Amino acid sequence: MSRQTNRLPEGGLVDRTQVISFTFDGRKFKAHPGDTLASALLANGIHLTGRSFKYHRPRGIYTAGAEEPNALVTLGNGGRTEPNTPATMVEVYDGLKARSQNRWPSLKFDLLSVNSLLKPFFPAGFYYKTFMWPRSFWYRLYEPMIRRAAGLGTLANESDPDRYETAHTQCDVLVVGAGPAGLMATREAARAGVNVLLVDEQPLPGGHLTGEADKVDGKSGAAWAAGMADELRAMENVCILSRTTVYGRYDGMTFGAVERVGDHLSPDSALPRQRGWTIQTRQLINAAGAIERPLVFAGNDRPGVMLAGAARVYVNRYGVLPGRNVVVFTNNDDAYRTARDLSQAGANVTLVDSRAKEKVHSRGVLPASVEMHFEQYISKVKGRSHVGRVTLAPSGTEIACDLVCVSGGWTPSLHLLSHVGHRPEWDEASTSFVMKEPGDEARAAGGAAATFDLNETLREGSKAGKAAAEACGHGIPGKTNLPKADDLPAYHIEPLWRVPSAMSRADGSFVDLQNDVTVADLELATREGFGHAEHAKRYTTLGMATDQGKLANVNALGILSQLQGRPISETGTTTFRPLTAPAAFGAIAGQARGSAFRPIRRSAMHLWHENHGAVFTQAGLWLRPYFYPREDEDFAAAVKREVLAVRSSIGMVDVSTLGKIELKGPDAGNFLDRLYINAFSKMKVHRARYGVMLREDGMVFDDGTVSRLGESHYFITVTTANASAVMQHMEFCHQVHWPHLDVQFCTVSETWAAMAVAGPKARDVLARAVNGLHLENHAFPFMAVGEGTIGGAPVRVFRISFSGELAYEVYTPAGYGADVWEAIMAAGESDGITAYGTEAMTVMRTEKGHVAGPELDGRTTAADLGLGGMMSVRKNFIGRWMASRSGLEGQDRLQLVGLKPVRSDETFRMGAHLVKDIGVTGVDVSHGHISTSVYSPTCDHFIGLAMLRNGRERHGETLQVVSPLHDESVSVEVVGPVFSDPDGEKMRG
Amino acid sequence: MRYSLGSIIRNAATGHKHWPKQWREPEPKKAYDIVLVGGGGHGLATAYYLARNHGLTNIAVLEKGYLGNGNIGRNTTIVRSNYLCPENSQFYEHSLKLWEGLSRDLNYNVMLSQRGALVVFHTPAQRDAAIRRGNALRLNGVDAVLLDTAGVKKLAPAIDCSPTARFPVLGGMLQPRGGSVRHDAVAWGFARGADAHGVDIIQNCEVTGFRIEKDRVRGVETSRGSIAAKKVGIVVAGRSSLVGQMAGLRLPIESHVLQCFVTEAIKPVLDTVVSFGAAHFSIVQSDKGGLVFNGDLDGYNSYAQRGNMAVVENVAASAVSFMPCMSRLRLLRHWGGINDMTMDGSPIITKTPVKGLFFNGGWCYGGFKATPASGWTYAHLIANGEPHPLASSYLLERFETGLVINESGTGPLPGTH
Amino acid sequence: MRIPCPWCGDRPLSEFTYGGDASKARPKNPEKASPEEWVDYVYLRDNPAGKHTEYWHHSGGCRSWLMVTRDTRSHEISRAVLAKPQPGGATS
Repeated sequence: MSRQTNRLPEGGLVDRTQVISFTFDGRKFKAHPGDTLASALLANGIHLTGRSFKYHRPRGIYTAGAEEPNALVTLGNGGRTEPNTPATMVEVYDGLKARSQNRWPSLKFDLLSVNSLLKPFFPAGFYYKTFMWPRSFWYRLYEPMIRRAAGLGTLANESDPDRYETAHTQCDVLVVGAGPAGLMATREAARAGVNVLLVDEQPLPGGHLTGEADKVDGKSGAAWAAGMADELRAMENVCILSRTTVYGRYDGMTFGAVERVGDHLSPDSALPRQRGWTIQTRQLINAAGAIERPLVFAGNDRPGVMLAGAARVYVNRYGVLPGRNVVVFTNNDDAYRTARDLSQAGANVTLVDSRAKEKVHSRGVLPASVEMHFEQYISKVKGRSHVGRVTLAPSGTEIACDLVCVSGGWTPSLHLLSHVGHRPEWDEASTSFVMKEPGDEARAAGGAAATFDLNETLREGSKAGKAAAEACGHGIPGKTNLPKADDLPAYHIEPLWRVPSAMSRADGSFVDLQNDVTVADLELATREGFGHAEHAKRYTTLGMATDQGKLANVNALGILSQLQGRPISETGTTTFRPLTAPAAFGAIAGQARGSAFRPIRRSAMHLWHENHGAVFTQAGLWLRPYFYPREDEDFAAAVKREVLAVRSSIGMVDVSTLGKIELKGPDAGNFLDRLYINAFSKMKVHRARYGVMLREDGMVFDDGTVSRLGESHYFITVTTANASAVMQHMEFCHQVHWPHLDVQFCTVSETWAAMAVAGPKARDVLARAVNGLHLENHAFPFMAVGEGTIGGAPVRVFRISFSGELAYEVYTPAGYGADVWEAIMAAGESDGITAYGTEAMTVMRTEKGHVAGPELDGRTTAADLGLGGMMSVRKNFIGRWMASRSGLEGQDRLQLVGLKPVRSDETFRMGAHLVKDIGVTGVDVSHGHISTSVYSPTCDHFIGLAMLRNGRERHGETLQVVSPLHDESVSVEVVGPVFSDPDGEKMRG
Repeated sequence: MRYSLGSIIRNAATGHKHWPKQWREPEPKKAYDIVLVGGGGHGLATAYYLARNHGLTNIAVLEKGYLGNGNIGRNTTIVRSNYLCPENSQFYEHSLKLWEGLSRDLNYNVMLSQRGALVVFHTPAQRDAAIRRGNALRLNGVDAVLLDTAGVKKLAPAIDCSPTARFPVLGGMLQPRGGSVRHDAVAWGFARGADAHGVDIIQNCEVTGFRIEKDRVRGVETSRGSIAAKKVGIVVAGRSSLVGQMAGLRLPIESHVLQCFVTEAIKPVLDTVVSFGAAHFSIVQSDKGGLVFNGDLDGYNSYAQRGNMAVVENVAASAVSFMPCMSRLRLLRHWGGINDMTMDGSPIITKTPVKGLFFNGGWCYGGFKATPASGWTYAHLIANGEPHPLASSYLLERFETGLVINESGTGPLPGTH
Repeated sequence: MRIPCPWCGDRPLSEFTYGGDASKARPKNPEKASPEEWVDYVYLRDNPAGKHTEYWHHSGGCRSWLMVTRDTRSHEISRAVLAKPQPGGATS
């Protein structure tokens, strides 16, 4: 482990009392707490950290922030593998392991850097013009090659062992950015008494002040910011979230943010790794600062080229001198501070300014040792994996160097002002886009408002805080104390979108560093007609890398405007879309993963089913017993046993998942008459009836039973799948269509546990279990409804049969569900009562020709299902009028039929289709499909329900059931849909 | 200039300084035989096929902004024809066949990548519905293969196929010929192709009204003056109702926003287009390496090309639940496209009550994959005045007769298709 | 997005279910309505870019159906009232 060659002897905010270690590409290095991976690598003299996307060119650390385009590394191993992480945002902890990516076999020697040599053949959009011959080569050869070469890091195919959580918070004013503007805004708004949430992506408050040498109120910027943060933390109406990135703004002043709770700690920490925040606020103050732009010249991508502001941050915040012989190249005054700070830290600095000497305000800040060149450009860079020398133009001067600091001016961070549709405008004075009309709910201060003077920034922050509080109805008492910062010369900038083409090669001048888009690519795009900014971006992929064009977009617009000879304001603007910075899915999802993703619903009897070996199946979010295998039984054997038990003696099934709705009121019957195709207002009290609902378009919506518990008291069941949709539909009909009806209803789906007791012995067994209810046929006939108790628990009993047997549905408050279930089980033990699952239920309803989900697929009418006769012609009901359209009554409708195999030992499956002839394809070949097919123990052969074209006219016809997916075909006979007890003697008996 | 490896090598020698514009930028003429309103994928495809198949070239395509700025460049790039309703599967199958020859036909590589389109199912009921659909496809002459859990695992190892998953994977239905296409290239390729046939593509030309005399269309008013036309075709996905209204049409369409998402680029992790059965969620990895996917519609009428946060959270939860390895992958960007959702979920290609005025729209989620067939059949309708047999079910009359084509089975609720 | 429910106050979008265009009422006399009126009610929409009157169900709240006027371009809500007519003729 070597010495930190580029660590300054003193200075910075790192904790020099502690030395920690980390590895990069397997090599071990030293660092201090407070370092980022980038600052620690630079401290150890490492610039080369990655390879570019397309040409695999060597690249170094370019920035000191989230916008880093080059130094993307992979952290961790196994399920903790985290690709594409900007080294500038990784806080080093002891034992951190990082590795470079997008290179093979090594970072220094990457075979795919051959792409760089082939660059002349890979201009923008080259792939649209070639790889077309021969056709199969595209997907066999070219595309796999491109796919392997593209991409950056590698994702491990393993589960993430870390924990994430989500949290919600509300505030009056959200301040994004804890720099000078944000701190002042927070203090002013908080003084007015509103609740303020201050969010900042860095671990330390202060924003760019943490990287500056200039003083505020006589203190270092970082110390002033720390003092401010302490003061704010002590206020009970202020909350500060650090290490938190607000990634998006959504309609209604809702913001999403990710807090990196444990990323800076070793993975063994008990804290969640990240926390996804939903923030609801009334006012936004965008104090997110500004991002520096690169300058565009040949070789501007070489390791050792870095943003001027970033170099300053490495010196002032981290005590790291990224180079000893430094060339600072700028078109504005800000970079003079970089020259000053690096010079004072001991570097030999040469300053190159594209402007004329008299336009520069800041010459006075530089020490005499800094050599200055005006109206000069860097035209060439030498040094492949690290800069060694630059050439100036037009002078031709050569300067040996190991660091080139560039500044093309500053771009305000407008993302959060733009996400909900406000459009930024071009501002010539600041040479940047600004948001002139951010709306009433948002404002900007400081760098985000293109204000680059520190005292002005402090004042603007204070003003924004005050205005936001006022917008929330809170005035500010007393006078504002503005801190006083060191005065610096005013910021002046003269656009330099690229070093003039006569001086610097277009094809080596990078505009988008990560995606390798050069000036030559933009020239080509313009030449070929892709001059519109959006076309150019899409044609060249500019702005589509992980930094989303934060560094490239404005330069690109400038270059396009020059190429097309029109002002930037007419060339286009940049569209800001979430996210402001990439965020991990884990953090946005939070806890909602695995079993907590759409939490499972279980009935009150679930434990009993589990204890009795049930195999479960999913029905929506519910788990339902599918079948209950006994020792050595397979699916078919278990289902057969369950069916035979019901048909010969007694069985019981859990039907708690049915939707249940209770209605009361004098107009309840009238209301139901309008909802269902059949009528209920004249049904006797203590009676139940099957009912069908249509949608307004005339298709079957749902079916179930309607029971009348009292003169103005009804209880309905609806299918499990539609439970919430039916309730919503009923509420709509009542509140919107028929508000005059005096009826109240609510869902009681979770209130009642329900079980169906079915089989010839059902009456005997239930009679032993139930008290207070006479079950004899004359007292309690088919479709009777009554109440009683079982083991003291209240029950409602409905003589309803889905299986076609003598059957009862027993409902009890959910808390008694398990007790009642067990009581009936005990009462039936002597008769061999058998729990049955949904599959046995399906078998029996199919034998009986009852329709269910597969038939009610939203495309069938009541007539299609043979239920047309139920449609009352004496009343208005939802769907009646649309159901009479010509196309719904025509001959060629798919209609419900029954099927049986011609040879009784043959089987057929659900989802197979009915055809006349085998082996033909075409649109009309299918005459219909099998909606349900089961082995019927009652018939001792397979039976099915099918939707068959004009099916009701075709009973007796022989057709082929085919499943081309399984290469199967079977001859079947079309029959009526009822296979068992067509006259219903069993269920009525 | 014809594109080829040779032309690239030749141009490399001259620093790529001699590539011509891919399409002209003509001034609009006073009159055309046919004016197409909308320079998106479908409009450009229609122009191309009017010229290529019907020899009609006195055509202008009028585009309000820049060509291809709508849904052609805002979708998840997926192509497939695995539809249940036979009217849809035959139409989309024709489209897929056109995709298969499109790069060569246009001399423009649209990068069709037939890496398969897989629909995963989780319950026996979903499996049976998938089998029904797969068999319908096979009987229609369309490819479909049924996979079991192991088959899914093998094809897409990133999917959680363990029995302990919240929604265990029972299997999947694969259309091997499904895949993805480079979306922008489709617009550009059709534009270049149409332009080469003499079609005028006029950008920054907004249609502000229709000239209709005695129930016959005579032309359009635009931001660049009146343009006379014998026939006018509306093909403006995302603006169908608004442009239709200018011609007096009230349509069975609601405009909804569908969000698309893209992650940071990573090395290949998913080689197939995957749709999940337990949530509205499909995903594809682009050649650049980003995972591109979409979730549910935001669910309410919207002309804002942005979505809301609830869908973002839902999509993130779906992602980490179905593909747990995505937990540490970062979401880079999300955006919204305006989907013109019809009341039955299937598109409309039709004549209108105004003679000479035609309408194409309401593509719901299917617009991108339909692009070539939409252009092909719409060109047929405009050229001949009669619907193409493959699109004869896509008329407006179906809402009157009840012969709607409702893939989802959820009825006239556009937000649920 | 947030919707101001007249009962519950400003609540997040995730508590609501969309119910579509509220500008056309169901035919008052279903027997007398023509097929064209039914098609118009069930299927046809103005689908404006701008103010849109629409139904929302506060499904995760008070279960009221609301009539909301919202701009479909900006999602700005200018009015939200209960869909059920209230005693005294007022709608909220």
